[in-house]
Order: sequence, then C-alpha cells, then structure tokens
Amino acid sequence: MSTTPAKPVQGKPAPKGFVYFPLIAGWLVPGAGHFLVGKWVRGALIAVAIIAMFFLGLAMQGKIYTSAEDILGLLGMVGDLGSGLLYFIGRAAGWGGVPVQTTVADYGKVFIVVAGLLNIIAAVDAHNLRTGRKS
Amino acid sequence: MLHPSHFAAVLLFALCASTVFGITMRDTPPRMVRYGAYCFALFVGSAIVLSWVMYLIAR
Repeated sequence: MSTTPAKPVQGKPAPKGFVYFPLIAGWLVPGAGHFLVGKWVRGALIAVAIIAMFFLGLAMQGKIYTSAEDILGLLGMVGDLGSGLLYFIGRAAGWGGVPVQTTVADYGKVFIVVAGLLNIIAAVDAHNLRTGRKS
Repeated sequence: MLHPSHFAAVLLFALCASTVFGITMRDTPPRMVRYGAYCFALFVGSAIVLSWVMYLIAR
C-alpha cells in the first residue's frame, strides 16, 4: 500500500480556503458537498439516490441503530451515522421500526446502513473534487 | 409499510448503489454511466446467479 500523500493534479493551483468544507457538508446533507464545488447534476443524483435509499429503508420498517450494545450494533450505528442529518433527525423523530421482525424489515435496515456508507463515499468524492485530486 | 419482493428490493438497492458508485469512482460522465451500468448488472446478475445456486443446493 502506498504511503505517499496524495497531491493535487499537476498543473492545477493548490486549493485555497477550508478544503474540508465539502466533506463535512456532504456528510451532513447528501449531495451538498458536490453542490459546493459546482457539480450540480452529480450532487442532485447523489442526493436522490441516498435520500431515496434512506427513506425506502424506513418505509420497509428498517431499524435505525440507536446504541452500540455489541460489535454488530456498533458497526450498524457507524453505518447509520454516515447519513449525517438524516440520522440525527430520524433518531430525534423516533423513525425506524422495532428490532427486526420481518424479512422486509431486515432489508430496510440494510438500506439505511448502506445509504450512510454511500454518503461517506460521496462526501470523500466531494473532498477530492475540492482538493483537485479529481475533476 | 412497503413490502417489496426480494428481487424488487435487489433492483432498488442496485439502482441507488450503482448511481453513487458510478459518480464517485469515475471522472467523466460517459465513464460514470458505463461504470454505473456495469455495477448495476453485477449486483443484479450476481443476485440471480446466487439465487439459482441456493435453489439447486436446497434441492
């Protein structure tokens, strides 16, 4: 595995300002990181995909992890946390089903966790766009 | 409450995940579309193949 720190694309000026802003915004609100770097279509598609996945999970009575009782619960909560504000609003509003009772609710739980993980990927992508590592 | 079949859930999951994979893993829009379609086909195709494998094992 390479340990060389990533550098901006050659020929491009070094980014100015707080480069982590798109990363944080993208984590809090799906697609917001791409909006901040001017990638409107990409941001809109990401927002639709992730928000749809989160709410499809809720519609299937998927569970939102609220505590880490064991290692699987901890991993699930980390995944859920990736959704940013959606997770915090969901917890505050008491969204999500009770612990899995049906097969469909199990699918829903996975949808919610994966929505969070995809949002983390998208936020890192927005950060790469901001730093110039990706165009 | 939404009650999709297993296959409908696979299609929804594959559509959302492939969209994000395509956008984040490639640089240009044509390559994003191609990679997204590739991921979608792999998600759905592997679900179908594994379903048949489990069906045949269970017989």
